[in-house]
Amino acid sequence: MTAPPPGKKLNRIGLDLQPYRGSKTTLCAGCGHNAISERIIDAFFEMGVDPRRVVKLSGIGCSSKSPAYFLGGSHGLNAVHGRMPSVGTGAMLANQNLIAIGVSGDGDTGAIGIGQFVHLMRRNLPIIYVIEDNGCYGLTKGQFSPTADVGSKLKNGVVNDLPPIDTCALAVELGATFVARSFSGDKKQLLALLKAALAHRGTVMLDVLSPCVTFNDHEGSTKSYSYVKDHDEPITDVSFVPSFEDIDVDYEPGTTQEVTLHDGSKIYLKKLEGSYDPTDKISALRALHETSRRGEFATGLIYVEPDRDDFITLLNLVDEPLSTLPLEKTRPPKAALDEIMEGLR
Amino acid sequence: MSPTDLALQEAVAKHSDQRVANDFSLQVATVNGSGSQTANLVLLRSIFQMGVPVSGKNMFPSNIAGLPTWFTIRANKHGYAGRKKEVDFLVAMNPETAREDVMTLDPGAACVYDEPLKLSTLRNDVTFYPVPFDKLVTAVSPDAKLRRLVRNMIYDGVLAKLLDIDMAQMEKALNKQLGKKAKAVAINMAALKAGWDFAEKNLSIQHPFRIEPMNATRGKILIEGNTGAAVGCLMAGVTVVAWYPITPSSSLCETLITYMRKYRMDKETGKATFAIVQAEDEIASLGIVLGAGWAGARAMTATAGPGISLMAEFTGLGYYAEVPAVIFDVQRVGPSTGLPTRTAQGDILSIAFLSHGDTKHLMLFPSSPEESYAMAMEAFDLAERFQTPIFVMMDLDLGMNTWMAEPFQYPDKPIDRGKVLDEATLKRIGDWGRYKDVDGDGIPYRTIPGDGMPAYFARGSGHNTRAVYSERADDYINNVDRLARKFETARTFVPKPVVEMNPKASIGLIGFGTSHWAISESRDQLRDETKIETSYLRLRAYPFTGELAEFCERHDHVYVVEQNRDAQMAALMRLELKPEHIAKLRSVLHYNGLPIDARSVTDDVLAQEGLNMAIQRRHAPDEPRGSAGVGGE
Repeated sequence: MTAPPPGKKLNRIGLDLQPYRGSKTTLCAGCGHNAISERIIDAFFEMGVDPRRVVKLSGIGCSSKSPAYFLGGSHGLNAVHGRMPSVGTGAMLANQNLIAIGVSGDGDTGAIGIGQFVHLMRRNLPIIYVIEDNGCYGLTKGQFSPTADVGSKLKNGVVNDLPPIDTCALAVELGATFVARSFSGDKKQLLALLKAALAHRGTVMLDVLSPCVTFNDHEGSTKSYSYVKDHDEPITDVSFVPSFEDIDVDYEPGTTQEVTLHDGSKIYLKKLEGSYDPTDKISALRALHETSRRGEFATGLIYVEPDRDDFITLLNLVDEPLSTLPLEKTRPPKAALDEIMEGLR
Repeated sequence: MSPTDLALQEAVAKHSDQRVANDFSLQVATVNGSGSQTANLVLLRSIFQMGVPVSGKNMFPSNIAGLPTWFTIRANKHGYAGRKKEVDFLVAMNPETAREDVMTLDPGAACVYDEPLKLSTLRNDVTFYPVPFDKLVTAVSPDAKLRRLVRNMIYDGVLAKLLDIDMAQMEKALNKQLGKKAKAVAINMAALKAGWDFAEKNLSIQHPFRIEPMNATRGKILIEGNTGAAVGCLMAGVTVVAWYPITPSSSLCETLITYMRKYRMDKETGKATFAIVQAEDEIASLGIVLGAGWAGARAMTATAGPGISLMAEFTGLGYYAEVPAVIFDVQRVGPSTGLPTRTAQGDILSIAFLSHGDTKHLMLFPSSPEESYAMAMEAFDLAERFQTPIFVMMDLDLGMNTWMAEPFQYPDKPIDRGKVLDEATLKRIGDWGRYKDVDGDGIPYRTIPGDGMPAYFARGSGHNTRAVYSERADDYINNVDRLARKFETARTFVPKPVVEMNPKASIGLIGFGTSHWAISESRDQLRDETKIETSYLRLRAYPFTGELAEFCERHDHVYVVEQNRDAQMAALMRLELKPEHIAKLRSVLHYNGLPIDARSVTDDVLAQEGLNMAIQRRHAPDEPRGSAGVGGE
């Protein structure tokens, strides 16, 4: 490798930031989604992920436009509304060596896409599924979405009276093996979670509260920037140590839980919430329910199960990507056809 | 008709003097869930093993147990495999339908029935054979549960005797059907024998129908179209399959799963060279297929009309983002749930333009299991060559019924993966854009995620030649015009129609899919019975090719035969043909849920030609109208 030009920061695979950046955002100035795109760029760059191995997927909505604004060096597919999970499933089955990141919104996931969301979580497909969650439909000018909280008010004064779907609780219940919530305004937490997500093998469900500065940032909204900031309740403090860094983390025994992820990376979870154990489903669900009862948003790593078989393993696929298998491996020999024909005589 | 009609009684007697060998249809009427399938397939297979061309059609309800079901076996020395409208020999096992089944028989037919049903008084122009099934089966097995399972095998034994079917062939077919289950074979054999013995002792043969050994099935196979398509997918090197159960397509994927597990496990590792997912619905099925196709897999799904509706939006994405996908539509009667277990060719128009905006899609129309196999393979090549969803238009009659076929030929050419950008091509073309028409054929070069070639962002929204989001008018026009150009290119790649041009004919028939069998037979009827010569063009693909216009040019009247109410294929033709050709189009339409039969085609053509003599034929009550609706001009 030639020496980098002075001043250009390179990551561990020798790339500068360029292929991790995307085209210029067309979202509103100050949109939380842009902050999330920046964290995605940082996480993939810092983890040294080869952009050529990444596929970006999305549904429809403001959130789903964002994959154009990061990882320009990666292939992307903007699917139809609410159906990104199936497209992601197909792409990963075609080539298990890909790293899939899907970006959805709260309407794309919780309303039109709830069916596909549910079944994606069940499969434990290796994918990072990010919900950019602002409690409203931005691209159609601010209608409520299914994650809007009871009592939250639209700009025009309409109050939401249906209970919200807690996508994290659903994901834990349904079988996702890495479930987290964060806030677009919490750079440190979001970055740590995204890097940990890249070290995990299985479905990562990351719900990021991401205020809509245009349609849902007013007094009376429970998804406004200030409301979320005031009610953000980290239940774990996440430190991530990638497998390629040799760092010892000192912690007081009993205060911190250490979890080794699929690729050997470690996360250190400093417990902030009583007896909560993020490797225990029931404990995770209880923590979610208790914080929401208090009117707070539980953030941090909520649930992790690092060792469960993913969908690729479950399907017993050959190690080589299906997409590049040679014809000798995908077309049975003449003897096979003859045998089938013989059985039909 | 009056049961005391003397002339008809004479007709029966006269009929029985002549032997009618290897030319009749036999219908078994049972209750679904009563285990008649084994008995019916053994019967079918034993006739096949005697060298007689045979086909089997199952007319079954959308139900698991307790509703009437009919299985029709047609033995025909000429090899006619379409449905025969008349039933020559009835086996009446279902008390609920027995009377109606008998009343709809043509004079001269024969009927084996369950004795307690007391059917023989209903008609005196039909030969009746009462058989005490319960009494006979009790002697075969003391176990009531087993009795229920083998009761139907008794009529096989009776029929063997009445129709001259070789008992050794029955036994061979039974062994084939039941495989290595020795106990099951033994008790079924006992039931067969009991039926045969009863018939020999008690029944005096009064009907003319017989099976005589022939040599017309040697080397052939018995197969359902869905199985043919499944073998095609297997051999095409399919790697990702996503599906959702729906009649009549389920058996395509289920059969494929069986073959894939047997023949597509990697020898060295024992791991699968494929992924098959039963998805949460048809939307997800096509989503998975598109994701996989985009990422370089050969991917397919199979469904029926309701699934097609759900796939509409994704089909538009596949068309516009240009992602290969193979979709089998095993058509059934709609709209909505329609008649889910009955056959139709009713999805032609909805698929031609499936989704919103300006879309049009490639379709293939297999007529036989052999073509289901060959076109399944071809579909994958075309999907990748044209980077678009392609539909293989089957129907229930083809997919789920049993057909005699030639054994499939092993593919003699490698697969075509289409225009996938590689280093050499990139060097040659220099400036790559995902949607750039480099070669002037409308087909751009694609790259595949993970292949190290330049990336792009695929989307259903407006985009320019570099796959960058664009709402510019010129970008949009350029793109959809190129897609239209690509469709034009497809005309030169899709399978051409099969044309039988008869220089003496002023009448041309056009058909596709399973209508082929009725049309072929109808052409013989028209020639033999009324001296009318016809030409025939069998469509095999959409877009149409130049042969279609030429065929219209060469004939005065062109009958488009199809199995739907609204003459959908003819409507599609009208969009492309010149006015003088359109003026020649007429339609023969059959849409009552049963497979189209030759007699309906013949009658309809004659009526439209002003030759009404055939219309006096009695229509069977199951086909009051619509079996031969007169369409056209």
